[in-house]
Amino acid sequence: MMKRMSLIVLSVAALTACGEKAQMLGTKNDATAYSGATNAFVEPGWTAGDKNSWEQHLRARAQYGQNDNTRAP
Amino acid sequence: MARMKFICDAERCIECNGCVTACKNEHEVPWGVNRRRVVTLNDGVPGEKSISVACMHCSDAPCMAVCPVNCFYKTDEGVVLHDKDICIGCGYCSYACPFGAPQFPSQGTFGVRGKMDKCTFCAGGPEANGSQAEFEKYGRNRLAEGKLPACAEMCSTKALLAGDGDVVADIFRSRVVKRNKGAEVWGWGTAYGSKQAGQAPAKVEGVKK
Repeated sequence: MMKRMSLIVLSVAALTACGEKAQMLGTKNDATAYSGATNAFVEPGWTAGDKNSWEQHLRARAQYGQNDNTRAP
Repeated sequence: MARMKFICDAERCIECNGCVTACKNEHEVPWGVNRRRVVTLNDGVPGEKSISVACMHCSDAPCMAVCPVNCFYKTDEGVVLHDKDICIGCGYCSYACPFGAPQFPSQGTFGVRGKMDKCTFCAGGPEANGSQAEFEKYGRNRLAEGKLPACAEMCSTKALLAGDGDVVADIFRSRVVKRNKGAEVWGWGTAYGSKQAGQAPAKVEGVKK
């Protein structure tokens, strides 16, 4: 009887570690850039959450703002 | 979209430090921390070249490889970011980075070194996009606002290009063709593993010339 009891106690003690939360290091999940920002500085002309719309907007912005060869005579 | 990249056109950079100022202003970066800086080679010698340097968001980022607490992560657009809640400020990334990008604020008590700070490609950090918490830790998240990095958008001579790798490479290529010189893309080979103009061709064994 004592042997069985001590075995149960030992098993319970050994299994308590299984209920502990993992302590692994890791990074948080970051929201995608195309999902938009929650402030008043968001540029108009694209739809938050629509990846294609965001990509096209940035492409157009890069061409307009940075490719001066297409703008200069 | 391919991935986000920086190009600094050394033929155009005039060392005005507009990119440095734009970055510091946009993100309210503290004293002693320069996420971006301008380096001039052969300063004062005719033919000097200046280049604007910051984190290049490498394809195979060495900072990510050496970080002992795994605080770095890469976004879908290839932007290398880090989590300041995990960073312990050990400085390993600073030794590993070929561009000297990681910065460490030292305004703590007795000048103690703080958590690492670096260019985020104006993409913020793990906090909610555009939130105050994100701004205080990492600066503004311009990508989520539908904008490109402030340094490149403020560049007066458009020497610094930022954006989708395909787009900025096309812009740079058209310039090189037009001016017929200056095809060297500083730092691209180191950051993105691509062979660039001006480098000696790699020797291939077993090929007769």
